[in-house]
Amino acid sequence: MSEVVLTGVVKRYGPVAALDGVDLTVPAGELTAVLGPSGCGKTTLLRCLAGFERLDAGEIRLDGRTVAGGGRHVPAHRRRIAVVPQEGALFPHLSVAANVSYGLDRSARRGDRIDEVLALVGLAGYGDRMPHQLSGGQQQRVAVARALAPRPSLVLLDEPFSALDAGLRAGLRHDIRAALRADGATAVLVTHDQGEALSVADRVVVLRTGRVVQAGTPTAVYREPADQWVAGFVGEAVLLPATADAGRAATPLGTLPLTGAAPDGPVTVLVRPEQVRLVPTGPGAVTATVLRHDFHGHDALVALRLADGTRITARVWAEREPVPLGAEVAVEVDGAARAWPAAPIDAAEHDVRQAAPTLTR
Amino acid sequence: MTSTLTGAGPARTGPARFGVPRGWRRLAPRPALLAASAAAVAVALVPLVYLGVRTAEAGAERIVDELWTSRVGLLALRSLGLAAVVTVACVLLGVGAAWLVTRTDLPGRRAFAVLAALPLAVPTYIAAFAWVSTVDRLEGFWPAALVLTLCSYPYVFLPVAAALRGADPAQEEVSRSLGRGGWRTFTDVTLRQIRPATAAGALLVALYVLSDFGAVSILRADTFTRAIFIAFDLGFDRTGALVLSCVLVALTVLLLAGETATRRRGARYARLGGARRPPVRLRLGAARWPALAGLLGVAALALGVPAVSLGRRLASGVSRPGALTEVLTATGNSLGFSLGGAALTMLLALPLGLLTARAPGPLATALDRLAYLAHALPGVVIGLSLIFFGITVAYPLYQTSWLLALAYGTLFLPLAVGAVAGAAAQAPPGLEEVARSLGRGPWTVLRTITLPLTLPAVGAGAALVFLSCMKELPATLLLRPTGTDTLATELWTHTGVGAYAAAAPYAALLVAIAAIPTWLLVARSGLLDKEDR
Repeated sequence: MSEVVLTGVVKRYGPVAALDGVDLTVPAGELTAVLGPSGCGKTTLLRCLAGFERLDAGEIRLDGRTVAGGGRHVPAHRRRIAVVPQEGALFPHLSVAANVSYGLDRSARRGDRIDEVLALVGLAGYGDRMPHQLSGGQQQRVAVARALAPRPSLVLLDEPFSALDAGLRAGLRHDIRAALRADGATAVLVTHDQGEALSVADRVVVLRTGRVVQAGTPTAVYREPADQWVAGFVGEAVLLPATADAGRAATPLGTLPLTGAAPDGPVTVLVRPEQVRLVPTGPGAVTATVLRHDFHGHDALVALRLADGTRITARVWAEREPVPLGAEVAVEVDGAARAWPAAPIDAAEHDVRQAAPTLTR
Repeated sequence: MTSTLTGAGPARTGPARFGVPRGWRRLAPRPALLAASAAAVAVALVPLVYLGVRTAEAGAERIVDELWTSRVGLLALRSLGLAAVVTVACVLLGVGAAWLVTRTDLPGRRAFAVLAALPLAVPTYIAAFAWVSTVDRLEGFWPAALVLTLCSYPYVFLPVAAALRGADPAQEEVSRSLGRGGWRTFTDVTLRQIRPATAAGALLVALYVLSDFGAVSILRADTFTRAIFIAFDLGFDRTGALVLSCVLVALTVLLLAGETATRRRGARYARLGGARRPPVRLRLGAARWPALAGLLGVAALALGVPAVSLGRRLASGVSRPGALTEVLTATGNSLGFSLGGAALTMLLALPLGLLTARAPGPLATALDRLAYLAHALPGVVIGLSLIFFGITVAYPLYQTSWLLALAYGTLFLPLAVGAVAGAAAQAPPGLEEVARSLGRGPWTVLRTITLPLTLPAVGAGAALVFLSCMKELPATLLLRPTGTDTLATELWTHTGVGAYAAAAPYAALLVAIAAIPTWLLVARSGLLDKEDR
């Protein structure tokens, strides 16, 4: 179990700064997810940690020992940092057992470590198979076992589930999370899938254009995103213009309590769709017109237009009959909202926000 | 030229996602590798550059004198005419045979697939020898066209058959569901699907005909290659040979430019993935008999004639006094030259192959294309240029096997580059990185991961180059040290004086040698895969 600390890490490719001053702490024994859209620098971050790339500035410390930075560059094979690439990258000419034992020294190969890690990933008895005889999910499990076998200081997972189909992904994610925890490994998982990051990680680090935008527990990142972009990237977001005054904000949905600090004056307020409830109409209620109804099985997203033209989304349990399109409903907000000082979103950020839902697939 | 087909084969895969970061390094790939690759290509281009330098020395007036003669015009017409006739015939024969074999219920279609590919195992000079020794006084344009067509239609057949097998049947199904009948679907969809393959094969045939020396010489068809050889062999002043060579190079470059253009357009026809489904086969009904007769006839002409002719002459050729020693000596020489040639070629190919596989980019592509340019040059031109190079620049190399090895290196570099690039793709950088992250140093990674994964493919490539050196004729003829004969040159000498029986053992050996790469090619094309339904 090792703690990893990155300070001011910069990596440039020509004029492009892929990492632009990254500060980050990976606590020992935890799984940290690095979440960001394509091209945000998360794979570069992983490659710098592994030692495949040299830093242009900054420092990486592993258990207090500098492995990169300040003129030092400990080569990849001396860092004890194991990687699990996207497609597994099993050595095609070696059996499963030989793959897993690749990082073990001679004495450890004779022990029962191979069987132990194969059992951890649920592949006990598969040692004699060749990689091409395994399914995609099994190959990925072997890749994790291979990385765990030499008890590395840190395991790096580069979108290890993205090549698998959705049904398989959830099960494998859970199993690998359990295997990492059972082995007490410290791990960094890189992903662009916010659902994956929120569901498996102990901590989530949101990366955008080579900088850390926010780091915290999955709940904190989802409930109290650092800015509007993060709010939209980690989940469905309803953003409303509002005026804050002493911890409460007047919004088109009524007056809402605010979480966290927000200055008085014009603000932008975040409400999650699951906070919006549809209630029977009554006097003084905020009313809205139903525009669209997206059925998802367990729940449904209802797009609504308020009387003043503001569009919002509500997540409702799909137990009852869908609300007919064009119907008038009343809406209420549960719980507190997050607010940021209102500032015009610049064009670039706006683009990123628009792109975010499609990137998260 | 078997080489171009196989050389283009291995996948030029891009870097793995966990490999080189996308895009950013495209213009600045590994400098050491780049320098080594540039040096290798420079070596391969020595003949071409020297040809230009040497020709320019003759002065503009001499060049114009040599160039503006009715003979050059006639030669150009005849060479281009031969290339055109053979290419058209090969396209008709190749596409027809490919379609019959892959898309109809023709009886024995797997056997016919192999029969249609086998002529590649017969070097043109051996086919020409077989025809000359069978039919008396066979010579001139049309016999040469016949022999070249029979030898080179597999260059169209193989890629087209592969394209027809690989083409997405869904497109044809969509066309039919939109109301097009069987024939219109064939012309509007199927033929368009295979157009890139057909064009690539056709250009290969055209290049091949332009550079062919053996068949046109034996059949006395006056084309550029033959004229160059004669001008060199007879003349005291070799300017004529040089100028003719330059014209031939210009024609070759024109054809290559055509190939590049079609290849770029062809890229759009790539399949979009998805599982491969066998196409529905057409029922031939009564039409199967003429189809069968046609394919059998072509096979009889392309394979039967050489087989019968060789068989008939072989017994008397082998029993000739002193034949065994002569054959053994020639075999030894062939082996020695080819080993040297293959070694030099692989040495030159290693950096360039690694560069195209590991650091693809505009520079790597440019170097790769330059290597192909040298490869497309006729062997007779390369041999001629290297003779002058040896006499005037590198005299210590003249009349040694080094110069011949250099010629082989120039001719077969792309073949070896393809093999190395394919091998490197077997061991993507991602695998090496994983191995390093597991605590293994660079040398251990090389020994336990990179070498075990790449050696088989590199070895296969080296073997292919070796076999191609064995059957090469014109450059060997020009560059072999005086008095040293190889299998190919012995065959040529004996055929030249009409000693057909004496030539037969060499021809048989050479066919056996050429059969190996042909077999590899057929096996790789998927034509031998288990019959789909």
